[in-house]
Amino acid sequence: MAHRWKNNLSDGDVTPYAAFLNRRQIMAGLGGTAGLGLAALGGTTAWADTARALEPNSWDDVTTYCNFYEFGTGKGDPAAYAGQMTTKPWSVEIDGLVDRPGSYSMAQILEAMTLEERIYRFRCVEAWSMVVPWQGFELADLLALAGVQGGAKYVAFETLYRPSEMPGTAYKVLDWPYREGLRLDEAQHPLAIMATGIFGKPLPNQNGAPLRLVVPWKYGFKSIKSIVRITLTDQEPPTSWNMANGREYGFYSNVNPKVDHPRWSQATERRIGGGLFAGREPTLMFNGYKDEVASLYEGMDLAQNF
Amino acid sequence: MRPINEALRRIPIWLVYGLGVLPAGALFYQGLTGALGPEPIKALEHEYGELALQLLVLTLAVTPLRRLTGLNLMRFRRVTGLLCFFYVSCHLLVWLVLDVQLLGQILADILKRPYITIGMAGFVLLLPLAVTSNNLSVRRLGPKWRQLHKLTYPAALLGALHYVMLVKGFQLQPLIYLAVIALLLVLRLAPLQRLKLA
Repeated sequence: MAHRWKNNLSDGDVTPYAAFLNRRQIMAGLGGTAGLGLAALGGTTAWADTARALEPNSWDDVTTYCNFYEFGTGKGDPAAYAGQMTTKPWSVEIDGLVDRPGSYSMAQILEAMTLEERIYRFRCVEAWSMVVPWQGFELADLLALAGVQGGAKYVAFETLYRPSEMPGTAYKVLDWPYREGLRLDEAQHPLAIMATGIFGKPLPNQNGAPLRLVVPWKYGFKSIKSIVRITLTDQEPPTSWNMANGREYGFYSNVNPKVDHPRWSQATERRIGGGLFAGREPTLMFNGYKDEVASLYEGMDLAQNF
Repeated sequence: MRPINEALRRIPIWLVYGLGVLPAGALFYQGLTGALGPEPIKALEHEYGELALQLLVLTLAVTPLRRLTGLNLMRFRRVTGLLCFFYVSCHLLVWLVLDVQLLGQILADILKRPYITIGMAGFVLLLPLAVTSNNLSVRRLGPKWRQLHKLTYPAALLGALHYVMLVKGFQLQPLIYLAVIALLLVLRLAPLQRLKLA
């Protein structure tokens, strides 16, 4: 079932820094909209796309610029407060329409899974983005471990809710616990992974230790952190941001430069780590994973099902 | 209150201007050197915006403070008001020059995004106030000056509303600013003015 998708971004592809800078200057010379026409321009600009995609973010960028509202709404709050979250022992309750429901310990899960590296673009709904080297396994494999039943159509996820270790939950910023969900075919797509590490190290708490979802073609908030429950259902599950403000955060939340957030444009994004003078870059359809996932949404009006 | 007021009278105004603009430079330097974190543009934008709101609160607090406690900060009201305008301008400049950059998107944002429309409206209301914050204008305009500077009230509400509208989820801090500003405006209503405590 899993492992159908071959990662096209790897360490070997990473552009040497000097070459990257050089290319960046050429890009700048081509004008601000150079990135927009990459696909149309064909082979000569493939390197430009690669350069844009593969400038890896630093460990500091990825671990200190986070949203994890259970620890506060500031970007630095998770790094400051998530350390107090107990992540050992950890288990995930898998229930609903599965053959083998129950509590799965991290050890049990890791024993059954094969970890691999996935370097993904990561696009936040707030219009910033990063590139993160994750380690993890395909969500499809975990679902197969529990045995998905025929009637299942959706997968619901829940984040740990432990007020004694999560100062941000003292405020009702959201209706805790944090909830997310995917349609079953999205969840079983080989791009959707459960991450256990970044940069070859275990996930820091602020990044969703010990187990989080990563759905690279959707806005970051879909990639729910520190998961304690996975439920297979036949109903579209309620999701936190959709419950908080359905007009602004749809169930699908696919990265789409043509569908603006009501309060800001999604046409461009800023790469984290570029410093004070980093400009914006055009946002790619499905965050650059169009070839892989567009077929999941065939026949759907993406402005309606945003 | 008198000794405090006496002491305050000895503070030179130029010193307040000098100290007031220092954070702008310090924050920009921090942004350059990475001390504002991996995303310095947003951090700078937020820091300037929040400083502007704090200075606005301070400016609005001058009159109620004098009425209710006798503390006289009237000498500093022009400074705090102008510093507020300075930080609003810094906030706007970061957004225009470092954040959005694209003219088309800037215009689209101002027209299409209510929280930006409201923020810009607040800035526009502050413009004539900043321009007329000098002795000559006070003399020339006479009673009209007082009327004109009541634009501070809607500008403050728009500023607070701008903050409330831009955050994700239900967050406390912007609502506190809105509540404090609303309270400072309510204290100006006529019936309350008779409740002088001092």
